Amino acid sequence: MTETSTDRIEKDIVIRAPRTRVWRAITDFREFGKWFQAEMRDPFVPGALSKGKITYPGYEHLTIEVQVERMEPEHLFSWRWHPYAIDPEQDYSQEPTTLVVFELEEIAEGTRIRVTESGFDKIPLARRADAFRMNSNGWEQQLHNIARYVGDAK
Amino acid sequence: MLATRSSRAEAAALDHTAPVFAALGDQTRLRLVARLGREGPLSISRLSDGSGVTRQAVTKHLGVLAGAGLARGSRQGREQVWTLEAAPLDQARRSLDRISQRWDEALGRLKKSLERG
Repeated sequence: MTETSTDRIEKDIVIRAPRTRVWRAITDFREFGKWFQAEMRDPFVPGALSKGKITYPGYEHLTIEVQVERMEPEHLFSWRWHPYAIDPEQDYSQEPTTLVVFELEEIAEGTRIRVTESGFDKIPLARRADAFRMNSNGWEQQLHNIARYVGDAK
Repeated sequence: MLATRSSRAEAAALDHTAPVFAALGDQTRLRLVARLGREGPLSISRLSDGSGVTRQAVTKHLGVLAGAGLARGSRQGREQVWTLEAAPLDQARRSLDRISQRWDEALGRLKKSLERG
């Protein structure tokens, strides 16, 4: 089930694995990095900032900063970040953040994860527009690289 | 990853406007946007007819929408006619869609890795 309104994104996914295992995968900074595609340098600790490097293809030059809020073992994990922080030259520290909340629930099939990211209404449209444009450029560049590679490999 | 000069200028211009979603965070304004979207350009008197909202209030709300770049007023004879500007809405929508898609991808990877082992 996916629901999106203007201020928030909501995701709901069932994973056939024990809750303990899922909790570790989202809160251990090394494991988190593998599926989130980021190389985190600092462990997640409530109230602490965890910094890292994006490993998402095409965005490897970008840093990621996650301000951890709450960690309630096997139940709730939340942090804040700048979702459109895609310009390495820009200082985003004074800008509004979005809040990301993971909630875990044990069910018959395994574990249900509910992810909510909220606070988009406070982020200036200019930032979003810029991010979107840059992302599009990024993809165009990727496609260009592929085309060139295929051309060379012929 | 280069923002062109024009996109920077455009972004700077947009920075001065109220966020689109904040402008839409009001029942009356949402209804105005819906009507303009459905019926096309309308005058202030047409917009206030049967809406239960005074002309003054409609004018004020249209001003907020204009400030966010969502509506545009132009004079036609003695009346001011308002038109919906769809581009900022589309842009905001697309940016949210992208983030939503990133989450789907990330959670998909998480699921795959945990269910494999």
